[in-house]
Amino acid sequence: MARESWHHATRALQLLALDPGLGGICIRARSGPVRARLMEMISPDARRLHPAISDEALFGGLDLSATLASGRMIREKGLLETPCTLVLTMAERATTGLAARLAVALDRSTNHNLIALDEGAEPDECLNPKLAERLAFHVDLSECALQDIIPTTPTAPIALRDVRMPTDLLEQVTRIACDLGIDSMRAPLFALRATRANAALMGRTQITSEDVEIACALTLAHRATRVPEPESQDEEPPAPPPDQNNENQGPEDSLDLPDELLLEAVRAMLPDNLLEQLAAQKARAGRGNGTGAARKGNRRGRPLPSRAGHISDGARIDIIGTLRAAAPWQTIRRNATGRDGLHIRPADIRIKRFEEKSDRLLIFTVDASGSSALTRLAEAKGAVELLLAAAYARRDHVALVAFRGTEAELLLPPTRSLVQTKRRLAALPGGGGTPLAAGMVTAFEQAVQATRRGMTPTIAILTDGRANIALDGRADRKQAATDAQQIARVLRANGVDAIVIDTGNRPEPALRNLAQTLDAAYLPLPRADAQRLSKSVATALGD
Amino acid sequence: MQPFPFSAIVGQDEMKQAMILTAIDASIGGVLVFGDRGTGKSTAVRALAALLPPINAIKGCPINAATAKDVPDWAGLKTKRAHEMPTPVVDLPLGATEDRVTGALDIEKALTKGEKAFQPGLLARANRGYLYIDEVNLLEDHIVDLLLDVAQSGENVVEREGLSIRHPARFVLVGSGNPEEGELRPQLLDRFGLSVEVASPKDVATRVDVIKRRDAFENDNAAFMLRWQAEDAAIRERILTARKALAKLKTPEKTLVDVAELCLALGSDGLRGELTLLKAARAYAAWRDDTALTRAHVKAVAPMALRHRLRRDPLDEAGSGTRVARTVEEVLG
Repeated sequence: MARESWHHATRALQLLALDPGLGGICIRARSGPVRARLMEMISPDARRLHPAISDEALFGGLDLSATLASGRMIREKGLLETPCTLVLTMAERATTGLAARLAVALDRSTNHNLIALDEGAEPDECLNPKLAERLAFHVDLSECALQDIIPTTPTAPIALRDVRMPTDLLEQVTRIACDLGIDSMRAPLFALRATRANAALMGRTQITSEDVEIACALTLAHRATRVPEPESQDEEPPAPPPDQNNENQGPEDSLDLPDELLLEAVRAMLPDNLLEQLAAQKARAGRGNGTGAARKGNRRGRPLPSRAGHISDGARIDIIGTLRAAAPWQTIRRNATGRDGLHIRPADIRIKRFEEKSDRLLIFTVDASGSSALTRLAEAKGAVELLLAAAYARRDHVALVAFRGTEAELLLPPTRSLVQTKRRLAALPGGGGTPLAAGMVTAFEQAVQATRRGMTPTIAILTDGRANIALDGRADRKQAATDAQQIARVLRANGVDAIVIDTGNRPEPALRNLAQTLDAAYLPLPRADAQRLSKSVATALGD
Repeated sequence: MQPFPFSAIVGQDEMKQAMILTAIDASIGGVLVFGDRGTGKSTAVRALAALLPPINAIKGCPINAATAKDVPDWAGLKTKRAHEMPTPVVDLPLGATEDRVTGALDIEKALTKGEKAFQPGLLARANRGYLYIDEVNLLEDHIVDLLLDVAQSGENVVEREGLSIRHPARFVLVGSGNPEEGELRPQLLDRFGLSVEVASPKDVATRVDVIKRRDAFENDNAAFMLRWQAEDAAIRERILTARKALAKLKTPEKTLVDVAELCLALGSDGLRGELTLLKAARAYAAWRDDTALTRAHVKAVAPMALRHRLRRDPLDEAGSGTRVARTVEEVLG
């Protein structure tokens, strides 16, 4: 497997060199000798870029010092202006903004090529999907060791246009992409291009089954969202439709390659834990909504080390840092120019950066129904009070939602006032049904509003789990459970963090399911005291 | 390389229809295309330019003025002769700076001649044409604020670096994006007249068609373009005919009531929804070569004119398009 992935990586690079229209390749590997060996294959004029690259470097801009020195406007050329191979290091750190800019560049010109070096360690740490979509290949070299490296054999490529494509290949590749659950229309196009390039690389004018197999394995496997069952590929023959009498369709042009064989080639490339990886990606998709917990800016917040940069809109110069950077050069510069005074060059400019932590909002969603009231309401209240104290110390915001009877009520809109919260909580009466879904809806509304205001909301649900009032207020246990699950899905899709605390005497399976749907931590707390509850919640919230 | 021809796009009828409607009546106010990766959003928007009939403008005018007296003084034009030019479709890239969007001090002139001159930006170039923003939901906030203001007033005001300049900037906004990557501010959403959601085709036959045409476009470009450019020209002709028909189109009172009732039932904010729906329905009727506006026209364009104007209901998993369709059925039957 490891040797194979090395083979695939080198082949992909060869194909890319032959046909730049393939967009590029994403190489997932930690930096090391293996990756270094692979990088030797990349042409030396490739330009490197890093995730923090500025727009000016990408698109070009005014060259301040040259302009001032010459008295005419001199533009710096951006990296994206001349078509070339770009190497994006630490690709997993690329922001959506950078990914979008690069994606547009790849779309515009077929001569741009991107080699993304993805050093992600965790499964959910990977190249931005927008960019990955536009790169034909993806290889994973993390299992590959130096001993797996086999030298590539040089070939005598022929021109791409000399390769004759069988007419039914297009349909077959499209069908296979469909079977693998690939929605995007770029995938089959890449597979076709790669097939052609592989044949050209091998110096063949005819496509062979080997070309198609390796092309499909390289371009389709990493995009697959489901593993087709070999059985479900029934015995139905591929049935090439009675084709139009195309002149270039000779008998030698059609390729007799069964779908099963191709699918097998792709399946061999599929990682064993495909489903887990997909789940991880989904969870990530739910989270990445732009208003993260920490935002870097250059206006306010906690200061970070300053960094070399350009004076642009809104940036603030770190004068001390700039002087410090310029200091060692003063004598040299003075001697070179013969002028006295301070010499500061654009490269010395340091820009202040700040990190702004967005405030956290804890939305307590407390079950005050009859079943809870009898057993655990007092305990839950105690736990919330302890958490409140902790939240106060961290200057978190707190909101309180209670649900009982047929509806939920926002007892306390987001606040930092501890006294008010305690008072409302103490006055919370118990009794009635358990409209869990209604409680979650109210909490969700608060969470959405908080996100808009730039806070990071977390919903803590305290309940014994026996939801028995549906969203429309009817007493219908089954509907109530369905409603709760549906809202849990919405919460997850919106990327709201949650934690489910089971305050029942025995752990309730329905709540565990709910927590799973929410992608939330589940804390069953039978016979726990408030102190322990508070401690577990604090741990689950990651303090 | 020329963009992929509009008429060669397989399926995606709603998106194509929406673009044609704005081409017929620019006052509808643009199209927003939202959808997954690899569904042909950008392709369609880039293809739009070929559909637009040419406009008459003063040669060399930075704001594409129609008559000599509209040419701004700062343009410094000596001869003011009109010529025919393609409708401008200006691309607003994500990395664009504020200077480039609004225009700023002409640094070249400032340095070489020491004079204070204005260098027009993208908004000036987009006047009387289209402004296209790919990945509109990833646009920086300060650029969005700027666009909101200009799209509302139709005028770009530059007050900076000792310059004080205002010039008309009336353009049609066309945007595309993937909703998974970030939401659009409701204020900006509202500036788009129509919005469509696109998805990849689900059946293999259609997908094969898509791939075939793309393949032909890439590998047999000349023959492919020749064939589809003729179809694009036919659409352009039909757009011109529809523009003329639009003036003569009758709007019965009954349909106005339909439009108002529909918007009331949906609870869309403000009156912009009604106006856009009416304009879109009229453009659709003109495109269909009908003489009077009927309920059928309103029904056909209601989803694209209203779907982005509803209050977002977080619990509605089906999306607001379905909600509009359902209400249309209930109200108009």
